[in-house]
Amino acid sequence: MDTRKITTVVNGVTYEREVETRRTLGDFLRHELELTGTHYGCEHGVCGACTVLLDGRTARSCLTLAAQVDGHEIRTVESLARADGTLDELQTAFRECHALQCGFCTPGMLMTLTELLGETDDPSEEEIREAITGNLCRCTGYQPIVAAALLAARRLREAKAGASIQHKE
Amino acid sequence: MKPSEFEYHAPETLAQAVALLAELPDAKLLAGGQSLMPMMNFRYLMPGQVVDLNRVAELSGIAVESGRLRIGAMTRQRDIEQAPLVARHAPLIPEAYQLVSHKQIRNRGTYGGALCQLDPSSEQPCFTAALDGVLTIVRHEDGRAAARELPMSEWAVMYMTPALEEGEMLASVSLDIWPEGHGYAFTEYARRHGDYAIVGVAALCAADAGGRIDRLSVALCGVGPGPVRLSATETAVRGQAMDEDAIRAAVREARAIDFMADAHVTADYRQHLAGVLTERALRTAFARTRNHAGA
Repeated sequence: MDTRKITTVVNGVTYEREVETRRTLGDFLRHELELTGTHYGCEHGVCGACTVLLDGRTARSCLTLAAQVDGHEIRTVESLARADGTLDELQTAFRECHALQCGFCTPGMLMTLTELLGETDDPSEEEIREAITGNLCRCTGYQPIVAAALLAARRLREAKAGASIQHKE
Repeated sequence: MKPSEFEYHAPETLAQAVALLAELPDAKLLAGGQSLMPMMNFRYLMPGQVVDLNRVAELSGIAVESGRLRIGAMTRQRDIEQAPLVARHAPLIPEAYQLVSHKQIRNRGTYGGALCQLDPSSEQPCFTAALDGVLTIVRHEDGRAAARELPMSEWAVMYMTPALEEGEMLASVSLDIWPEGHGYAFTEYARRHGDYAIVGVAALCAADAGGRIDRLSVALCGVGPGPVRLSATETAVRGQAMDEDAIRAAVREARAIDFMADAHVTADYRQHLAGVLTERALRTAFARTRNHAGA
């Protein structure tokens, strides 16, 4: 069995592990770190459920080997909620807009939209739709997911504007 | 499914990478992993050796060198799409990347990986052909990486098979820089957003001071094993107006390609798309072409 020693930071925590080199990143997260928030769907890069942030950019964790993330930083859906367990703006908007039913695609949707909201604070509906073309949802018809992303973006903008007003005072 | 067992190698220099490739002729090179990993997960491929190129820093980068745009084989597609240098010198490329798969795939996928995968419908070999790409291919020789160059026109040997000999790998590609104000367009038809094109067309046009065609380049993908250039039209229309006659000539040549067919798409349908998309690409490229500022 070919193994490799890796050091990786996942959701701010440093892990040192000996991994089998054929181990995919998604299986490493789920089975070895027990971070089961990342879902495994198609295992060939089509469904988007296993999307995580690798050094801040979305990546399919089924198409990346654990051995490849040695020295790199990963963020999974578990990193979104605040330390006290309350949901972040995007998750809150997903709940309010009914942007999930079975929840299988949700971790991938959230990580994809987290990347988008980091790139632009005022995404158009078209940009949101384009961002999630690589994430399949078989329940919602996407409409509520788009609505949730728009709502979260608006609230984040308002919060930022509020913070800058406070800062000026 | 999961990949079967393999021995994993992660070289850090190009010299190490080609030395490994010389030593392990059956090894698979792992670039962005967006095509190889699915095939390994499904066990369509069960390589005994995998050489991961992701730690070879010298294989990544975008630069202007001797008047040409050079892009390293391991440069991420998303980095190329967003690079100001590419937008300035080859605006065709970011336009084409909007049609390449999804952002999550382009974040990991590499330009060189896509060229070596050589899917007949991939946009990347197509824009490389339109921009007269020259590929730098390396192999292990006397303890270092020795290079040779190959024009894009000789890259596709047959279906999904690039002109790489045993022990060779793609290191970088250099592309023509067209004059400022040149027109460009990438047009395609695909079943779903982000799918490979059924047929795609890349067009470039530069005009002289009088607004006539000084240089034209049209390449099609999804028509045969490799991209096809409309060379006869490109030569014939030089000095002609950017008008209906030029478009008709290109459409005629595009429709005369010996089209491939598969279980989903007939040769007739590809022929139809080639004509329609060539016309659209040329109309857009012509509309974007500014007369040469000089004279």
